Amino acid sequence: MGRTLAEKVWDAHVVRAGDGNSEPDLLYIDLHLVHEVTSPQAFEGLRLAGRRVRRPDLTIATEDHNVPTEHTDRPIADEVSRVQVETLRRNCAEFGVRLHPMGDAEQGIVHVVGPQLGLTQPGMTVVCGDSHTSTHGAFGGLAFGIGTSEVEHVLATQTLPLRPFRTMAITVTSATGVLPLDVTSKDIILAVIAEIGTGGGQGYVLEYRGNVLENLSMEARMTICNMSIEAGARAGMIAPDDTTADYVRNRPHAPQGADWDAAVAYWRSLRTDDDASFDAEVYIDADALTPFVTWGTNPGQGLPLSERVPDPAQLTDEGERVAAEKALSYMDLKPGMPLRDIPVDTVFLGSCTNGRIEDLRAAAEVLRGQTVHDGLRMLVVPGSMRVRAQAEAEGLHEVFTAAGAQWRSAGCSMCLGMNPDQLAPGERAASTSNRNFEGRQGKGGRTHLVSPLVAAATAVRGTLSAPADLD
Amino acid sequence: MKPFTSHTGIGVPLRRSNVDTDQIIPAVYLKRVSRTGFADGLFAAWRDQDDFVLNSEPYRSGSVLVAGPDFGTGSSREHAVWALADHGFRVVISARFADIFRGNAGKQGLLAAQCEQPDVELLWKLLESEPGTEVTVDLRERTVQAKDLTIHFTIDDYTRWRLLEGLDDIALSLRHADRIDAFESTRPSWLPTTAPVTTG
Repeated sequence: MGRTLAEKVWDAHVVRAGDGNSEPDLLYIDLHLVHEVTSPQAFEGLRLAGRRVRRPDLTIATEDHNVPTEHTDRPIADEVSRVQVETLRRNCAEFGVRLHPMGDAEQGIVHVVGPQLGLTQPGMTVVCGDSHTSTHGAFGGLAFGIGTSEVEHVLATQTLPLRPFRTMAITVTSATGVLPLDVTSKDIILAVIAEIGTGGGQGYVLEYRGNVLENLSMEARMTICNMSIEAGARAGMIAPDDTTADYVRNRPHAPQGADWDAAVAYWRSLRTDDDASFDAEVYIDADALTPFVTWGTNPGQGLPLSERVPDPAQLTDEGERVAAEKALSYMDLKPGMPLRDIPVDTVFLGSCTNGRIEDLRAAAEVLRGQTVHDGLRMLVVPGSMRVRAQAEAEGLHEVFTAAGAQWRSAGCSMCLGMNPDQLAPGERAASTSNRNFEGRQGKGGRTHLVSPLVAAATAVRGTLSAPADLD
Repeated sequence: MKPFTSHTGIGVPLRRSNVDTDQIIPAVYLKRVSRTGFADGLFAAWRDQDDFVLNSEPYRSGSVLVAGPDFGTGSSREHAVWALADHGFRVVISARFADIFRGNAGKQGLLAAQCEQPDVELLWKLLESEPGTEVTVDLRERTVQAKDLTIHFTIDDYTRWRLLEGLDDIALSLRHADRIDAFESTRPSWLPTTAPVTTG
């Protein structure tokens, strides 16, 4: 009986097997990413117990969730935020952990920084006190978010007690292996979540496969794996191939020389065997996809942009009907309204979902020579300072600012509204981030999740739009 | 961690599904560097609404939260568990928990008791028709009892054992330090370390 990709990576990291009943396996962790919000209590726990960080050389920290994205050369104005960032700096110094602080050329969102440095590689186990750690599964590793107690556990032991996940294959195919006009990997994952629901992936690792996935860039793959958590799955993964190896090659932490050859030989074995079976399978016809947007308050409440706001009365499941009614009330939307007619106040381009250079390029291409709609605010927040520098080298920042958008420094920013970048009560955003929860981007704020292409077109027209609507 | 065997307290009906961790505690409340002091942020957006269940007695003093399915979805923030515990909750009952939330709860001695949705509905009706009803949650028996109603909940054996014994996960794992050492000695040389590299 063959094994799936997830099972192969799992098996390669078992330090000690559980009892086969409910006792978990003890799994080794290859890379631990740390940020300021979910780590202070973990370091404090180490200190209280007199423990050290077992492998500081497998640990790296950056400041992302809580940092401002403008005036980053000044001290953080909010004192509580400043204390949290300073606490991370003190903890990293005390425990010997490498840190990329605000102002550093490598600072940025943890899930952008890891791959960019070449620290994320196929077959690895990667954890972080952040649910979007699933991003790193795009390289064919097992990557998942953990809570602060688990952060402390990994710091102290470089392991985690875990029970095996079930496996789900999500096969995305099209006749030619390419995506239709204006459709991106963001639209694929929004369609997947709408299909299986926000709880559909619970207990599973999702393996994305099929000819469409094979043709996607690493950055597009990361967008898909990133949002696996929004379907309830801890992790998403994609088998490594030449695209993966080409991305890793020559990055600062990529293997060199003979190590490179040995690594690539191993990576080639990281694919689901032909005779392996998944616990569940889902098929997505990419030829039927069009740009996708959310209308509600969870990422599963999405529809093609060409549709209308749904009527809760037509939902047969009572739980879904009540949830849809609450969502429409919060979002201030009426059933039957075309999604294309929904006006927005703010467009946010950024986040660990869509804050990479390809995302900025795609949006800039739509915005080139255009102007942001009157009265609309557009924030462009690169995922890392490295992405920001690359965008500036390509002149993208000039496209954004010429159109009237704000060009910011790196961080999580309005994705979670922890820093000053927030929606005001009642404000409505088209956002390339990952969560449209009530109040996520600011208390009373309303969020529509979209791709970078839809974000840019929406910024120009002022209502939810695809680039094709600009012609 | 304090052992958990059984708990009796006022039940609080929260008739909502998909209560994500942003709703349990919004990000702006996550700036503290301690494990306590998060009760202020608990359900912050809903605390402004007069009809929110926690805004009135006797529910305000409740310690057993009975919520709709998919409780604790979204962000991995353990602050959600800390905020619930800070407020005084010892048990959350739901038909389905998000994986990370369930794990976080188990680390902090907050019992995530999974019941069938029809049983949750029965509890809701009881707690709404007779506010202040006490609910007894017995981890040894895996039962929830309120008035004449007795329902069963599920929890995996390992988490149940850890909660009953009040065991610290890290100490449990460190008992296998020799196995961790042995595993480390076999890791391939091509795997990256975070030690800074000089680039040209």
